[in-house]
Amino acid sequence: MSGHESVEEMKKHVRGYWVIFFALLALTAVTVGISYIHLPILQAVLLAMFVATIKGSLVALYFMHLISEKQIIYSVLGLTVTFFVFLMAVPWFM
Amino acid sequence: MSAIIPYIDEPHPVTGVTNAKLGIWLFLASEVMLFGALFSTLITLRMSAPEWPHGYDELNVPLAALNTVILIFSSVTVVMSWASLKMKDLGKYKMYMALTCLCAVGFMVIKSIEYSSKFHHEHFPWTNNFFATYFVMTGLHGLHVVGGLIVNLYLLGPGSKMWHTQPERFTGRIEVAGLYWHFVDLVWIFLFPTLYLL
Repeated sequence: MSGHESVEEMKKHVRGYWVIFFALLALTAVTVGISYIHLPILQAVLLAMFVATIKGSLVALYFMHLISEKQIIYSVLGLTVTFFVFLMAVPWFM
Repeated sequence: MSAIIPYIDEPHPVTGVTNAKLGIWLFLASEVMLFGALFSTLITLRMSAPEWPHGYDELNVPLAALNTVILIFSSVTVVMSWASLKMKDLGKYKMYMALTCLCAVGFMVIKSIEYSSKFHHEHFPWTNNFFATYFVMTGLHGLHVVGGLIVNLYLLGPGSKMWHTQPERFTGRIEVAGLYWHFVDLVWIFLFPTLYLL
């Protein structure tokens, strides 16, 4: 992404950024809306984290340019995700 | 090419990215572990607690939702500031970076209002585990917002002089600062529903 894109290519990316922005706004509204339903805790957690993951993925893939990154960055993140999964599993073994 | 620091304007032949980009991603990986540890702690405390309040009963959801919108908007403005430099428009870069900084200030103002309200109602970090985790996690996130704001203000102000002498290096700095800022937004995207909506 830090390569030498032309101005026309950058303009396409810029259009994409604004589309993602409105998608994130819509998903934020969905997140807040779901919370008013007061679902049972397990369903509430799963749904909230599912929507948050979609939002986070949009930010990571498009704003952080992960969709077109180099292998070294994917490798670093693969290691990170592995350790993060470990971390999230800890409460279930306490 | 930068005279002093290698592989800052051009990608490293082995990694394929600049040293700055690899460096920031490694740093963000460590930040994932920092916030991940706090999320893991929150889950452990909540699962083992005999009772735990719902976030929407104790916290100000509308204000936090507004903060979410502000941070998401700031993520767009920071990537637009980088895109403006890629399109060689310094004026637009400054406009978008200024907006990003404004959003950061707005976020912290709203956070201060939230905290003041909590203190006014005698809810402190030592009140119970719910408020302990709320204050620690939003407080640490807030410190990250302030840190990013300081860097972004520098890049908007005195730091922007580099555009005239080393434009590629400066664009790389904005990309890296933007990656950090997106991470701060990412953390809040998970923090908001976890603390406020469950």
